[in-house]
Amino acid sequence: MLDKIKEFASTFFVTGDPMIYGADVSIALATIGIVFVLTYFKKWGWLWKNWLTTVDHKKVGIMYILAAILMLFRGGVDALLMRLQLATPDVTLLHPEHYNQIFTTHGTIMILFMAMPLMFGLFNIAVPLQIGARDVAFPFLNALSFWLFFMGAMLFNLSFVIGGSPDAGWLSYPPLSELQFSPGVGQNFYIWGIQISGIGSLATGINFIVTIIKMRAPGMTWMKMPVFTWSVFSSCVIIIFAFPILTITLALLFLDRFGGGHFFTLDFGGNPMMYINLIWMWGHPEVYIVVIPAFGIYSEVISVFSKKKLFGYKSMVYAMFMIAILSFFTWAHHFFTMGSGADVNAFFAISTMVIAIPTGVKVFNWLFTMYRGKITFKTPMMWAIAFIPNFLIAGLTGVMLSVAPADFQFHNSYFLVAHFHSALIGGVVFGYLAGLYYWWPKMFGFTLPETPGKWAFWFWNIGFYVCFIPQYSLGLMGMTRRLSTYGWDTGWQPLNLVSTVGAFLMGIGFLFQVLQILLGIKNFRKLKDTTGDPWDGHTLEWSIPSPAPEYNFATIPQVEERDDWWAEKDKRAKGIFRKQPPIEAIHMPKNSAIPFIMSVFFFIAGFGFVFGWSFFYIPGLIGVAICMICRSFFSYDGDYYIPADEVKRTEAAIRGSV
Amino acid sequence: MAQAAAHHSHDHDHGHHDPQELKMLGFWIFLVTDVILFSTLFATFVVLRNSTAGGPGGAELFNMTGVIIETFLLLTSSFTSGLAVLAMNKGSMKGLINWLIVTAILGLGFIGFEVYEFVELVHEGANFGTSAFLSAFFTLVGTHGLHVSLGLVWMIGLMFQLKKRGLTPETKGKVSALSLYWHFLDAVWIFLLTVVYLMGVM
Ligand code: HEM
Ligand SMILES: [Cu+2]
Repeated sequence: MLDKIKEFASTFFVTGDPMIYGADVSIALATIGIVFVLTYFKKWGWLWKNWLTTVDHKKVGIMYILAAILMLFRGGVDALLMRLQLATPDVTLLHPEHYNQIFTTHGTIMILFMAMPLMFGLFNIAVPLQIGARDVAFPFLNALSFWLFFMGAMLFNLSFVIGGSPDAGWLSYPPLSELQFSPGVGQNFYIWGIQISGIGSLATGINFIVTIIKMRAPGMTWMKMPVFTWSVFSSCVIIIFAFPILTITLALLFLDRFGGGHFFTLDFGGNPMMYINLIWMWGHPEVYIVVIPAFGIYSEVISVFSKKKLFGYKSMVYAMFMIAILSFFTWAHHFFTMGSGADVNAFFAISTMVIAIPTGVKVFNWLFTMYRGKITFKTPMMWAIAFIPNFLIAGLTGVMLSVAPADFQFHNSYFLVAHFHSALIGGVVFGYLAGLYYWWPKMFGFTLPETPGKWAFWFWNIGFYVCFIPQYSLGLMGMTRRLSTYGWDTGWQPLNLVSTVGAFLMGIGFLFQVLQILLGIKNFRKLKDTTGDPWDGHTLEWSIPSPAPEYNFATIPQVEERDDWWAEKDKRAKGIFRKQPPIEAIHMPKNSAIPFIMSVFFFIAGFGFVFGWSFFYIPGLIGVAICMICRSFFSYDGDYYIPADEVKRTEAAIRGSV
Repeated sequence: MAQAAAHHSHDHDHGHHDPQELKMLGFWIFLVTDVILFSTLFATFVVLRNSTAGGPGGAELFNMTGVIIETFLLLTSSFTSGLAVLAMNKGSMKGLINWLIVTAILGLGFIGFEVYEFVELVHEGANFGTSAFLSAFFTLVGTHGLHVSLGLVWMIGLMFQLKKRGLTPETKGKVSALSLYWHFLDAVWIFLLTVVYLMGVM
């Protein structure tokens, strides 16, 4: 009996690597620590009532951001390990299989469990406030989306200590990801982690589209809508067209592995190339899903910190939509070398290059917005400015990659690695960091201290160039991606060492950000944002106190201009005040435990499918079904009213007067 | 909806939104995502339909009589679900419930035939793992069948809610969404019939 347990445990838990024992210990310690703190300070009820069951979009947003930062840390540690391994030839820090696992989990986590949730966090924080709404269209669904993402991410991360991590790359190409070549459970973790969180992403896409179409404040026509909201709208439109493709692709791969299907196998008529087409039909648009909102943030930040209106607002909006549409016609540029033929390659090469046009329009608009502006160099603005030269490099190298014949040289080399990191870090991460700094006071009611923020900024930025510029050369020198070690005779050592140093500089930048947040919390009183409008903002979220009260707006604003709040401040300075409508009772959604519980059942079902354990996945699926039925039956009294008196009291308390 | 409008009209001026309208738009967008989902499966099927790996193809396998009965059942059920909505709009709870019951029975018949067809195929040795063609066939047709089954569960649950709550804006909204969903499944079936069965036996 004991032997059996031992045998089971040794296959179930990942063993034999000190790093993994370290992870086991730290997971155990962190869990014990959290349980202890919550029990000691009697915070379980608070946690449950205020966070786990909340449907408030602002709190959901904060939870997204917290989880995303945690994942940035995990993905970042993976990145540093890889860079350490590659710093000089013949390092044996990571064995080849372990290296494969790490680049796979790093890529997957960074894109699906870091960039996506950070983006959704910012959607949640900013969109309802920008459009003058009290909430998103479906608050319950919104909470469910978050918990699905969270449980999916946890499931994926579990693979590190239980069962084994996936190692077939972040897009899991078959036949490598088929049962025959990846017999372990790692691929199943990959499939279910992404699948569960993907359902959440799809729901978020639907939710924000409806929110933006239907819940804009009266008077806010489409062309008066803030640019960030526009970018969210474009991004969500891409989500609803792209994510169903991912759902199916992963489901088919799972059916191959679990049910003995032959969609992508080498035998019985399967077609691995079909997977590669399908996954990139999602994968390429995915890149634009994450970068377009970053464009939206740059537009907001650059205009606010230049004290000017955004130059070419309409062309910005059209450009965003053009990019969204074109993003669906470029997927084959990811496999020019895989035998599609000259005419197909030519089509996709040209459609890829065409995207440079709207992107160029946007860059010029940002430059014109800054031109003759009164620029203040606060942290959000610094990140936004730093993005421009970097994105120029990312864009130019992207166009180089899109030249199909040339891609036969660059394909899967470090040139590519450098290119997509420029786009993903310089475009996406810089953008979200700018957004995070920008909306931080709105979320928490205080601004972050600037000095450590500037240190963080410079470490990140310099580190970024030091890390990735050498990689362009390494690619041209013949270094291929996903390479776990190399010999002295290659001549790649000096540049790789430089690149690793750069990666560590970025790591230090991250530490400065953590420090910045800690210092901000410590000096909370001094940094308090009493105005609700610390940057002299343009859009409606700055017209209410920081942090926003649970009902957001005591009275729904009547919008007249594009940058309505800015115009309003102008008028107020001239002594013209708008008449405020009287405060009335406010209709609010009630908290619900179902999103959390249902996601736990999803997790249980996913875990069961990973191991093929019917005693897990059957109860899990039944639990999900019961939760759905409960929701349907209880949906009739999911709301309540905050009485007008209470609203008045709250407003008086936060504003000092009404 | 007159009642709904009266109930909610005072809310509009302080930024409250008609929840039924939001839900309906959300449901339409959900259907768009479902269209993409099915399109992906159709594309997969079309790519793999000749990849029989030496095994049987559609011409040998499909039993068109069964398929025609299925089609008849599903199309009729779509019609009766329309009648259910008409009864609802007339305010007739009894008519609504009765037509929903008819719809559910027809839907159940459809599922019954489909399951029977699948079992037959497996008996003939044409199962999910026989070839890429059959993997794609079972997945595409099965996904549609799964949708119909979920629709049935939803329909039954909704009947209980209607009994308990009567005709309110909420329950009416749910019935409208259900009927939309049911028509949608009908449309998908027409494509299935054409692309999978008719083109398969041709
Ligand atoms: C913070 C600094 C980062 C460093 C130092 C870094 C480093 C690396 C390294 C060394 C690899 C492996 C390359 C190879 O062997 O092929 C890699 C792969 C990758 N990285 Fe990063 N990375 C960073 C941030 C990010 C971010 C922010 C994202 C996305 C938002 C990202 C997405 C990816 C992807 C998708 C892959 C490909 C994984 C695969 O080949 O399957 N990385 N990164
Ligand atoms: Cu692409």
